[in-house]
Amino acid sequence: MSKRLLVFVSILMIASIVLSACGQAAATYTCTDSIGCVKIGPTDPIHIAYLLVVSGPNSALGIDSRNGVEIAIADAGGKILGHDIKFDGEDGGCSADGGQAAGTKLASDSTIVAVIGTSCSSEARAAEPLLSAAGFVTISSSNTAPDLTDPTNPNHYPGYFRTAHNDIIQGAAAADFVYNFLGLRKAATIHDGSLYADKLQAVFADNFTKLGGTVTLQTSVTIGQTDMSSVLASIASGSPELIYFPIFLPEGAFLIDQARTTPGLENTKLMGADGLYSPDVMQSAGAAVEGFMVSSPLVQGAAYDAFVAKYVAKFGEQPINIFHAHAYDGFNIVKAAIEKVAVQESDGTIYIPRQALRDAMAATKDFKGLTGVLTCNVDGDCANPIIGVYEYHAGQYPPTLIWPTEYIK
Amino acid sequence: MLRTLRQRITLTDIFIWVIGLAIAGVVIWGTIRTLELGQYSGSTWLDLTIKGLALGGVYALIAMGYTMVYGILKMINFAHSEVFMSGPFTTVFVALGLSNSGFLDKQPIISLLIMTLVSAGISTTIAILLERLCYRPLRSAPRLVPLITAIGASFFLQYAFKGVFGSGVYGYPEIKSLEQSWTFGGIQIYETQLVVIFGAIAMMLVLFGIVQWTKIGKAMRAVSEDKEAAELMGINVDRIIVFTFALGGASAGVAGILYTLLFPVVNFFMGFFPGIKAFTAAVLGGIGNVPGAFLGSIILGLLESIGPNLFLTGLGVPSPSQLKDAIAFIVLVLILIFRPTGILGERISQDKA
Repeated sequence: MSKRLLVFVSILMIASIVLSACGQAAATYTCTDSIGCVKIGPTDPIHIAYLLVVSGPNSALGIDSRNGVEIAIADAGGKILGHDIKFDGEDGGCSADGGQAAGTKLASDSTIVAVIGTSCSSEARAAEPLLSAAGFVTISSSNTAPDLTDPTNPNHYPGYFRTAHNDIIQGAAAADFVYNFLGLRKAATIHDGSLYADKLQAVFADNFTKLGGTVTLQTSVTIGQTDMSSVLASIASGSPELIYFPIFLPEGAFLIDQARTTPGLENTKLMGADGLYSPDVMQSAGAAVEGFMVSSPLVQGAAYDAFVAKYVAKFGEQPINIFHAHAYDGFNIVKAAIEKVAVQESDGTIYIPRQALRDAMAATKDFKGLTGVLTCNVDGDCANPIIGVYEYHAGQYPPTLIWPTEYIK
Repeated sequence: MLRTLRQRITLTDIFIWVIGLAIAGVVIWGTIRTLELGQYSGSTWLDLTIKGLALGGVYALIAMGYTMVYGILKMINFAHSEVFMSGPFTTVFVALGLSNSGFLDKQPIISLLIMTLVSAGISTTIAILLERLCYRPLRSAPRLVPLITAIGASFFLQYAFKGVFGSGVYGYPEIKSLEQSWTFGGIQIYETQLVVIFGAIAMMLVLFGIVQWTKIGKAMRAVSEDKEAAELMGINVDRIIVFTFALGGASAGVAGILYTLLFPVVNFFMGFFPGIKAFTAAVLGGIGNVPGAFLGSIILGLLESIGPNLFLTGLGVPSPSQLKDAIAFIVLVLILIFRPTGILGERISQDKA
């Protein structure tokens, strides 16, 4: 018995020596990258994953980004360096726990080169530590919380990039719009405890106060709350002229609906941010949506119009959200960086050194994208945004651009 | 004398009383401070009261299902929140159909009746199916078994609806003729709020009438007093239990439509919080007691609506409305400390403990 086992083991050993020798003969590249390389065999695809919100009340945000990437992949002929692109991913649910679950799943897959995502900043806060430790590069089309690209902040991780604007810009633009364009002097803000909403309302409030306005109250609701009467009553006691609530659905819709039946707030203007730029706002707030304003990035130009035509042809509808072009640019920045750093063998095997890929992403300069000419910095910000303000009208989507006036067509 | 007193009052009792008194003290202190600040006008409080009454009315109709089933089976039907969700979530498609065809604007009252009937019908069906498939086979099992089954059934229903209708939100169409509002003494009252409050009261009266003055209601009360004796007197206990579930389901379905008049957005998870709140209200009023559930629900609705601003503003809490659920549950704890059987629960507890 033991003799047979010995024979078996020795056969195995010989086989393994022979096989490893073969392997060594083919490999001429040795990975020296500090965080490793992805090896892609001659017939293997290059794996790019997404971590976006593709189900639930905020799914329009993630699906729109995914559509943008799919168009970018189609434009690339489905290939990078002659390899097919494998594009799949996980739903992050626009929440920290969803981001954590999806991040854990993706981080365990070592074939992944880059992750397009996340949709929401809360997802990023939970998923980014995992994705960064796994060595991936991440590029988000819609994270806007300032923390994520602030190197002094614990929520900042290496390998993270975004084509979405930083909320330092969006919050300042919103404050500028309210103070200078609308001419209002008293505002209140509401957040929902999420990283995105909390930071954005803080930036807005800071800038609004700096301009000379008064912030009557900075308060919050909880995610899942339906009855907003008590929070609206506390806001009404300060009688602001505008309420700024850069939150998500469905809480945003409940606020829009209930604000107009709160004494003292019937004529108060309501304003949200890019999280509430969605056809589902129309769906859930109904006629109360009339006059509701959101700030959001403004993308225009001939290249963008051509992109939208492709979008309509491929998906049969107008873009459902705002971050499709950002996702398109994000994918192309990753693609360009992979093409720059990948090491190709004669048999078609390619190696992608992970740290070099991060460095190449950070060195992206004057990249001509749909959302403008993009230059990334080491901290991860790639965007070159113009912020616009849009106004909803009942039964009409998308909302109409009302500011800055020079961009109104 | 002193010894018997010491035997009767344990250290735990004293500890609990101290906690209770401390909470009550904070609440009173906060209220006084808030009223001193004078940040809110009288009309704000009135407005919040009306909103609280409307919310309480909806809770009351849901709480009926919990309390009646408990009265008869001594079982907490945790799947009742999904019975509540199923009605309005399915009816949203009927409502959108009515709205798209223009019927909703032409015949708002008939449309509202159709929606209520559809919603009540679906909730009733789900409630009867629950009883038949999940609880009846377990009737003789230990009490914990149907409780766990109820939680399982709740998850099953939630995710079944998610699977069928997706996880997105659906908005109810506006009913334009209910947009009206009147101003009374400085506060605005909306027609929807009145419809909800009076709808809830009417439905409560119907339920109360059925339980008190009909033959089947008498049988329900008999089964709830003593199941075996009722069976010996010729009452078909199975039929009574099905009827109880059906009644609870119908009232949850009506509650669902009233709820969507207040908060016109539905999704598969919408039942969870109202369900928990209604259950709290049922315990608050004394579980098993129909008028108690009504009283508990109204109190809870008012507390949720007025409580955060009244108790916490004066204490300098920055976002009081985030703590509105905490307030509701702290009041529950207080009631259970000072009156463990609930507000109207005394008679029930003596009869059945």
